[in-house]
Amino acid sequence: MQEWRTMTPDPILWNDWHPVAARCTLDPGRAHHTVLLHVPLVVTIDAAGTIIARRNDGAPLQQCERYGLVWVCLGTPVQPVLAIPEADEPDRPPVVVGAIGVRAAGPRVIENFLDLGHLGYVHAGYLGDDPQTRVLPYDVAPLPDAGVHGGLIATRCRMYQPKASPAATEGFLVDYFYKVERPLATCLYKDNPVHRDRFDVIYLFVQPVTEVTSIAHPLLLCLPDGTTPAALRAFQQIIFMQDKPILENQRPARLPLYDGAELPIGADRSSVAYRRWLAAIGLRWGVITATEAAGAPR
Amino acid sequence: MILYDAHHLAPCYAVRLLAGLLGVPLTLAPMDVYPGHDDQTDAFLDLAPAGRLPVLIDGDRVLGDWQEILAHLALGHGPAWFPADKPALIGWLGLARDLGGSAGLARMIDTFGAAGDAAAARAEADRLLDHAERHLWFAERAGGQWLLPRPTPTIADVGCFVFIAPCEDGGLSLRDRPALRRWCDRVRFLPGFVAMSGVFPPMANTPR
Repeated sequence: MQEWRTMTPDPILWNDWHPVAARCTLDPGRAHHTVLLHVPLVVTIDAAGTIIARRNDGAPLQQCERYGLVWVCLGTPVQPVLAIPEADEPDRPPVVVGAIGVRAAGPRVIENFLDLGHLGYVHAGYLGDDPQTRVLPYDVAPLPDAGVHGGLIATRCRMYQPKASPAATEGFLVDYFYKVERPLATCLYKDNPVHRDRFDVIYLFVQPVTEVTSIAHPLLLCLPDGTTPAALRAFQQIIFMQDKPILENQRPARLPLYDGAELPIGADRSSVAYRRWLAAIGLRWGVITATEAAGAPR
Repeated sequence: MILYDAHHLAPCYAVRLLAGLLGVPLTLAPMDVYPGHDDQTDAFLDLAPAGRLPVLIDGDRVLGDWQEILAHLALGHGPAWFPADKPALIGWLGLARDLGGSAGLARMIDTFGAAGDAAAARAEADRLLDHAERHLWFAERAGGQWLLPRPTPTIADVGCFVFIAPCEDGGLSLRDRPALRRWCDRVRFLPGFVAMSGVFPPMANTPR
């Protein structure tokens, strides 16, 4: 890895909040060692339940706890941790899925989450199925009322899913919409098989470790449909573990943001919008910028 | 038969896979061991004092070791999978257990944040994978397809497969191990094969 990349923090991510641990996985008998933006951290919990995150080098950081996750900002936060209105609805307490390490760039992980085209193949039998793999036309637009860097919303997404959630007993055409609210935070709203007038919400926060390694922190805000939190967790872990080998084999490892890097089709509308948005806000972490692709000196 | 199971643990997958290959139905009792700790509750430790998954309940019998469960299923439902007159079976089951402590451990560290030294686990796994690769490469030259020189697979193939097939999750690679890749495909094409996340089934339209 080039030296400048390890030395220069990406200002957007450096000044944002990232999850680095979940309260339910911390153990008073064992410190949790992790890395955020190349910075080694240790997170501890004492017998009273007090959680402290520290940089190994002793430099200061900002810390808070939301949705069962421990959040850290290494720089100066330009905005608070993402607000999730559904987390305040009393019948759907947030369920932490458990962190999953993946040897892929953070933006690659987000892009994969947005991708409808892979559902029928990578998640066959769950979130799609061969031969019903066609991605119907959908819309992507700037996200209204977004944070300081804006965001995206993809609507009118539909996919036939044999087992859309643990509570699903038969396949049905599932309505979705997606939001990208921060460069490494995204979520989807999907039909619940029981509550047909409300949506299950699934968040994915990506902890950037190095530019090409990440830790996924999925968070569920699912409606009460008889599914236990353990079953919700297991279902999402199964889905994310199916994505992991796909993500780890994507090349180039960093997400290319320049035109002509790949040949997108209609189903890739959200991916194209995400890449263009990252280029527009100037994200440098885990991406290959147009400037870099052109071989310009830094 | 009831299997206390966790979807992401390779030893649990070994039991589900062999049951599929034998056509033996299992009732799964899913355990939340990550991020939960269902395997450390008093109720579970009463049942299985070692606190390890998987655990198989077959009538009055409680089997708490994954290789013991493989042997039990094979003896009851497919003796060809357990050739007790072949000492090499024990050797390859031993390799499977060592792969669990190396390739499997690296996968647990990298993916689920388990405690341990990932680099040391990968170094040991690389050594064992090279050994298995050489063995299978020469076995193929001699007309063999499986770890033991027999026309059909054994529980040793199942035991090694569940650590070798998803080894990329732990930062290992089969790219330069073509005999292992071909052997993995032979397992995947067996009738009754079941997948695990990270171990893909053959595509529906793939010729067999």
